[in-house]
Parts: sequence; structure tokens; C-alpha cells
Amino acid sequence: MATERAMSGRPGRGLLIAKRIGSYALLVAVAFVVLFPIYITVVNSLLPTREILARPPTFFPTSPRFSAYTEAFGAGHLGRYLVNSFIVTSLITAGQVGTAILAAYAFAFLDFPLKRTIFFAFLATLMVPFEVTIVSNYDTIVNKLGWGDSYQALVLPFLATGFAAFLLRQTFLGVPRDLRDAAALDGYGHLRFLGRVVVPLARPTIAALSVFSFLLAWNQYLWPLIVTNDEKYRTVQIGLKALRGESLDKLDVVFAGTIIAAIPIFVLLIVFNKQLVRGLTQGAVKG
Amino acid sequence: MTAPTNAPTLVRRRRRRREVSLAYLLVLPSLLVFALFAFYPLVRTFQEGFYLVSPQGERIRFIGFEQYRNVLTSETFRNSMWVTAKFVLITVPGGLILGVALALLAHRQLKGIAIFRTVFSSTVATSVAVASVMWLTLIGPQFGLLNYWLGREGAEAIDLLQDPNTALYAVALSTIWQNLGAVFIIMLAGLQAVPDDLLEAARIDGAGSWARFRYITLPMLSPVLLFASVILTLNAFQAFGQIDLLTPGGGPLKSTNVIVYDIYDKAFRGGSSDVGVASATAGLLFLILLALTLLQFRFLERRVFYGN
Repeated sequence: MATERAMSGRPGRGLLIAKRIGSYALLVAVAFVVLFPIYITVVNSLLPTREILARPPTFFPTSPRFSAYTEAFGAGHLGRYLVNSFIVTSLITAGQVGTAILAAYAFAFLDFPLKRTIFFAFLATLMVPFEVTIVSNYDTIVNKLGWGDSYQALVLPFLATGFAAFLLRQTFLGVPRDLRDAAALDGYGHLRFLGRVVVPLARPTIAALSVFSFLLAWNQYLWPLIVTNDEKYRTVQIGLKALRGESLDKLDVVFAGTIIAAIPIFVLLIVFNKQLVRGLTQGAVKG
Repeated sequence: MTAPTNAPTLVRRRRRRREVSLAYLLVLPSLLVFALFAFYPLVRTFQEGFYLVSPQGERIRFIGFEQYRNVLTSETFRNSMWVTAKFVLITVPGGLILGVALALLAHRQLKGIAIFRTVFSSTVATSVAVASVMWLTLIGPQFGLLNYWLGREGAEAIDLLQDPNTALYAVALSTIWQNLGAVFIIMLAGLQAVPDDLLEAARIDGAGSWARFRYITLPMLSPVLLFASVILTLNAFQAFGQIDLLTPGGGPLKSTNVIVYDIYDKAFRGGSSDVGVASATAGLLFLILLALTLLQFRFLERRVFYGN
């Protein structure tokens, strides 16, 4: 007991090294488990279906082939789906960030009647998940407006979120009011002040918000599923479902399609890692 | 010079009026979207829930709260509530525990730890569709590796998604995996906010690693845990994609028929189109989520450490 305490107080060099090796072993083992589904998906995308079904399973393809990827783009229309996803996601992201910047400025810098009530309405939208309103929204957009299979059906309902406006308002409130007075003395109107001073100052938050909005919009599933039938407007997530339904004997194409669908967001995660982390932890850590 | 005294107030008033109209103009785009696609459909959902609706979508008759009573007492609704509750109870604690464990593991000063942090957060890049199809490699019929490994000993072939006893657990497992990256990122940020000198002081006072975790790290992590558990719970209540891709139709014996899938099933899947019942179910889901959010905040607020 006594020696153990002495050692934990000042561990010997050998113990330190052993501990470090243990840490790495554990980290590697856990990393292996976390990555395993992704790895096997890649392996399966390189094998013919008959080998995917074969037992014992193949873990290291000896003669990988890439035909599943070309087939996913060709017969699987994955190129079209990716383009659709990019169009829809970019429009939604731009819309959400744009409407939020405008509204947040009004809440942070302007005084107007019913301000509190309107702000409350913004917050109240956080309590209305889209899943609750899909039946009615489908009726409005597809039955009444006849927008089934269209970009506007995929984009319009998501052009504003209460969360984005709320987050930016908090950030804008941190901009010193003296800056507004100074800008006014320089003859800046509200919009010029917003564009030249506030937005640049809030850039980190806006960037985090953009990455986050993009991620959520790209990953949407339920709404695109019910408003698109035509593959001309299908997004890549729904394309995966279609791929899985169509090619029961072409599992390799399904898995190749999955890898293709995942790559844009993996790239996004690597390039904008800092912004994504900010977006995810905003409100979590600061309380 | 008495005339100009009036002029500044006039200018100010005009400027003020312009400011007010600008403010309304700025909030208008958002308000339009909210009114058309959140508030109006919410009201419509409750309204529609009062009607008996034909499969063609026409209102047949006003039946009021009877519809809600019918839904609440129906076998389908009770089943989907039970399935959803189980799904929440598996995925939320499962996700939190694994997320904290991964974060503790990666919260060390080691060479190359950044690589492991990237790996642990990697599933944040998977959508529900991508994650579900990837998990087919493990739990899919015929070729799923977990089925293969679990079934190697026994005589019968195992198919996790076709067995009503295991289907929900299999779907929950893929969901936990998909959420793991995001939970890990949140928890790691939370751990990094725990001051090192506090832990160091406790260590000098003789607190073991478990005691340090239990009495320092965990309490200081509580706001982050609250945040993550709210998000995970709301997400679990809204689960749909993984059900649709892994167990289309709501699973064997409807064992994965979570509430959102039930709404989808009744409103959109051909044949069983029943908008009235689907709307009433959606209305009930709204009330549950609302109560849950309020309750969760109220309940946890008292036990959460916010510093000072």
C-alpha cells in the first residue's frame, strides 16, 4: 500500500512508459471499434455482392474493384442526387443565415412596438418540431400549392429558424453600443452598420452557424422523402434509400453510394472542424 | 431663433418612424416562414385531428376530442409510445455514457491525441441515412457481421432486424453510433472547461481518480450533460430515418414502429392513408415534446452546477 502511494505520487519511469503504452492500446482499440462500420462499408463497396454474402466474410479485399462507384453514378443517378443536395442545402443555409442576421439585428439594435412578443414567437418555433407539422405542411405545399417534386418544396419551409436568430441576437448584443453611435456620426445607416461592422465582428458565430445549418440541411430525410418522387429532385439521402430498394442483388453499389454520400460532409468536417465544434458546443459550455 | 426648436423633434420623430419600419422589415422574412410553415400547420394539425378524414383526404365529419380519445386508447398508439419510450431509454443513456467515456479517454496530454479526437468525432459527419446503411454491414439480413458472429455458436441463423425481440435494439445501436461523434465533441469541450488546478488540488489532497471524477468532473460537467440529454431525447422522439431504412414498415410485429414512423405510416404510406388519425397523433406528439422540454429543464435545473 505504502509503496503504491509513493509510486502514484512520483511514478517511476518504467511505470510511466507502461501506462502510456496502455493508454495508446486502449485508444487504438476504441478507435478501431468506432471506425469499424465505416471500414467494412468501404470493403464491401469494393467486393462483388456474392463475396459480400460469402461466409466467412472478407475483411481485406485482395482484388478490389471500383465498378460499384461508376455504377452508383451511372445507373444509380448519384451525380444528380448530389447536385440536388448541394442546391437545396446551399439555398437553405444561405436563407437561414440571411434571415437570422436581419432579424437578429432588429432584436439587438432597434426598438419597435411588440418587440418582446415577436421575439417570443421566434423562440416558440423552437418548440414546434417539423415532424409534428409534416402532415399539414404536405397538404399545403403538395396538395394546395402543387409543389411536389420541386426545389421550392424542399427549401422554403426551412428558410428561417428561431435558433439561428436567437444565437445571432446573443452575439450581436455583445457588440458595443458605442460602435453604433460612432458609426452613426460617420453617417452610417443601420444597414451599412450591419454589413460593415456587425457582421464582420460576428463572423466566427456566423461561420459556425453556417456549417451547422449546412450539416443539418444536408442530412434531412423525412421531408425530402415525402415531397420527392421524381429522381430529378431527389436528394442524396433519399437516393440511398432508392438505391437500397432497387438493387437487392447489387449490395456493392448501395455501399459505394453510401461512401459517396458521406464524403462531402467528411470533407466539410475536416475543413471546418473548428466551426463545427463551436456550433455544436454553443450554449452547451457557456451555459 | 425660436423656430428651429421644433425641427429636431420632427427629424427625430421621422427617424424613429423609419427605424420602426426598418425593424419590421428585418423580422418579416423570418416571421413569414414561421407563420406559413410552423404556426399555421400546427394549428391545422390540431384542427384536422378533430375530423374523421377519408382516405382521399376529405373531411367526413367533425368528431372532436373523440378522435384523440380513440388514438390514445388504440393499440397502435400505445405500442408506438412504448416503442418510442424504450428507444429513448436505450439511446439517451447509452449515448451519454459512451460519449463521456470517449471524451475522458481523449482528454489527455498524449502525442498524436488529435488524431484520436478526429476519429472519435468522425461519426458526426454521417447522416441518418448514411449511418443506417453503413450499419447494414453489421445488422443487415444475410450479410450482417453481427448476425454472423452471434449466430456462429447456435444452430439457428440470427437476423437481428427480423426478430421482434432484437430489432429495436439493433436500430438503437446504429443510432447511438451515429450520435456518438456529436456527443463526444460536446463532452470533450465540457471536460476542457474543468479547471486543471482544481483536479490537481484534489489529487494532492489524496482523492483517487474515481473520486475526482465523481465529485469534481461530473458535477462540473452537469450543464453539458443536461444540454446533450435534452438534444438526444428530442432527437430520439423524432427518430424516423433509421426505422425507415433498417426496418421499413415499422419492424417485425411493429416492434420498431416509433411515433413519427406511425404518423408517416398513417398519412403517407399508400393504402392506410388516414390524415385525421395521423394529425391527432402528431398533435399528441407535440404536447409530449412540449411537456418533456419544460419538465426536463425544470427538473434538472435544480441539480445542475452552473458555477458559483
